Parts: sequence; C-alpha cells; structure tokens
Amino acid sequence: MSKLIVNNLSCQKGYNLLFENLSFEINSGEVLKVSGANGSGKTSLLRIIAGLSSFESGEIDYDSFNLKSEQYKLDLLYLGHLASLSPELSCLENLKYSSLLGTNSLKNDYSKALKQVGLEKYENDLVGTLSAGQKKRIALSLLFITQSKVWLLDEPFSALDSKAITIIESKIEEHCINGGLCILTTHQECNIKNLKEITL
Amino acid sequence: MSIFLNTISRDLKMAIRNPSSFLNPLMFFVISISLFPIAISPEAETLSRMAPGIIWVITMLSVLLSLNTLFHYDFDNGVLEQMIISHHSLSLILLAKTIAHWILSGLPIIILSPFLGMALFLNSESIIILILTLIIATPCLSLIGSIGASLVVGIKNSGMLLSLLILPLYIPILIFATSAISNAQSNLAIDGQLYFLGFFLVASLIITPFLSALSLKISLE
Repeated sequence: MSKLIVNNLSCQKGYNLLFENLSFEINSGEVLKVSGANGSGKTSLLRIIAGLSSFESGEIDYDSFNLKSEQYKLDLLYLGHLASLSPELSCLENLKYSSLLGTNSLKNDYSKALKQVGLEKYENDLVGTLSAGQKKRIALSLLFITQSKVWLLDEPFSALDSKAITIIESKIEEHCINGGLCILTTHQECNIKNLKEITL
Repeated sequence: MSIFLNTISRDLKMAIRNPSSFLNPLMFFVISISLFPIAISPEAETLSRMAPGIIWVITMLSVLLSLNTLFHYDFDNGVLEQMIISHHSLSLILLAKTIAHWILSGLPIIILSPFLGMALFLNSESIIILILTLIIATPCLSLIGSIGASLVVGIKNSGMLLSLLILPLYIPILIFATSAISNAQSNLAIDGQLYFLGFFLVASLIITPFLSALSLKISLE
C-alpha cells in the first residue's frame, strides 16, 4: 500500500506566497482533487510533487522515498498543462517516446491506447495537424499503458468533450481500484469515487 | 541505451520533417563563406591566407545560430519537463540530443568544408587538416553550446545572451583550430594544436552533459 505524505509545505513565487503549511496525505486507492482560484498555486503544487519545482519549506515523502529517488521517478506519471507532444511526430511516435521517457510501461499496445481515447484513425497523422482536444487525448492515452502508481494530472479535462471526460474519469477510478493514487487539478465537477478535495 | 538511440532518432526525424531548423544555419555557412572572395579579393594568395580564419569563424557562428533550436522546441511543447522527471539519466538524454544536433549542424559543415576550402584556394594538405580540426572540434561546439542553450531555454529572444555566454568558451577552440591549419600551410608541426583540440573534445564530452542537465533543471524550476 503506497502513501504520499505532504507535510507543512510552503511555496513562494517571486514576492507572492502561494500557500503555507499545506499538509495532506493520500493513500493508494484515493483521488485528491486540488481546487482553488486561478493563480492559487495548483500547478505549482503539482510541479513540486513531481519534483520539477523547488519549495520554501516542508517535506514530501512517498513510501519513505524522497522525490529524487529512482523508485519515486519510476512510480510517477505527471501530465502538465502542456501536452508534451512534438508537432513533427505522429501520434504513435509521440506516444512511444513519451512512454519510453516517462514511465515503466510494460504493455506496449500503443494502438490500443489510442483506440481507447478514440484516435485510432489518427495513429500516423502528425500531431501538428490535430486539434487541441485531440492533442489532449493523445497525452492522456498514456494513462492506458503506464504502470506508474502516482498520477499527477494538471487540468486533465480541459479541452475535452463530455465523452472523453467520462472515459478518463473511469480510467482514473480503475487505476485507484488497482492500488494507484491520483492527484488532479480541475475547475470542473468530477464524478469519481473516493474523491478527496483540498482547496488552496 | 534504448532511450539514448531513440532520442537521437527522434530528434533527427523531427529535423527532417522541419528542415528549415537546420538548413538555415547551413545556408548561412555556405553563403557567407562564398561572399568573402567577392568582398575581399579573388587573389589566391590573400584568400588562402585568410581561409582558416574565415571558415572557422563562420562555422562557429552557424553552430551558434542553430543552438537556439537545441532545446527550444522541446521546452515549448513540455517534452523537456518529461525528460527531467524521467527515471532515465537526464545527462544521457541531453547528450543524445547534443549528438543529434552535431549530426545536423557539425557534420554537414564537415562535408561541405572541402568544397568551400577549395573555393578559398586552400591546398589539399591544408584541406585535410581543416577537415581534421572540424571533426575533432565541431562536437565540442555542440557540447559546450548545450550548456548555454540549457541556461537560456526559458528566455525569449535569447540569441544575444547565448552568444555572450558561449563565444568566450569557443575562443580557445578557434585559436587552436585556425593555428593548426595555418601551421599546415607553412609546413610546421600541428601535433600540439590537435592534442589540445582532442583534450577539449574529451573534457567537454565528460563534463558538459552533467552541466547541461544541472542548468536545465535550474532553468525550468
């Protein structure tokens, strides 16, 4: 059973104190929704937990590993604001490279992952020719092949239609049933079981 | 190892599909060198004396021009973030990207240089030394440049800053490379210069991937 503990975390950007003494813990099987106004530090929090940004004070522990440990990096999947896709590569090429970079994916059924998000027809199309929603779907198709336990999803539902949102919500639920944990930021309502919420 | 080779092939594939990113600096290289005989003098003696300096200075400037694209696209798309949080070594990934950059910027210059050397009336022995210095030192230009490119990755219109950061580090390479070719023209020994360039290559191959990784992490924080 995995556990991510955030203890007394404070973050400052320039002269702005985004949050102070933030503490929470999340166990496997749970989803944490981080909500708050624009500029309240949701993305900063996720970037800190992903190990991309530094923080002023506090501690973050994942099963007694620190953020720089190999084990944590293996267990981490972070999908940020940007879709992390190269416009010159096809959907399949992008997905292959992302899965090679990011996660300890064992299943290599990339076509199946693209089919899950409804992009089976666009496998060999260059990402630069697709719409914002389709790009978001490709980025999220990584969820269907990853073996990572900790998912950090920054605005996963933005630019998606309602059908795609349902698919991703059920995938997140399935991930939690299989012992994973997920932290996501969104301004939308979520229909996910075991949802905890914090507001910044 | 698979991430290393995959990164090289990915970068090459991306460059081939967006050729202006690497063709523009090469066009700059060819055009500016071919303008020198018109602007200075078509005399063989004058041109051959100036050729090592001309070719090497333009090589540096064209590599510098292409450095902006080294991390820029991946930064804009968010792929660099994924590289940083990857469980693979960031240094290894950046080394792969730098090698791809050299294949696209340094290697074509090496291939074109004999023809441009001939246009500037370099004799055949000097052309061989020119190629040799380019083979040893253009990888250094990409490797050292990767540190600067990673430091300015988040800054818009960073061309001038990148030049100020990187050009001083290029000066020793310029001195030893041009002096090797000039010595070859005068039938003097060139071993010392080549050893120095070799040392720069080994040292930058060992040190720069770590420094680039470090500065990239700082830039993206």
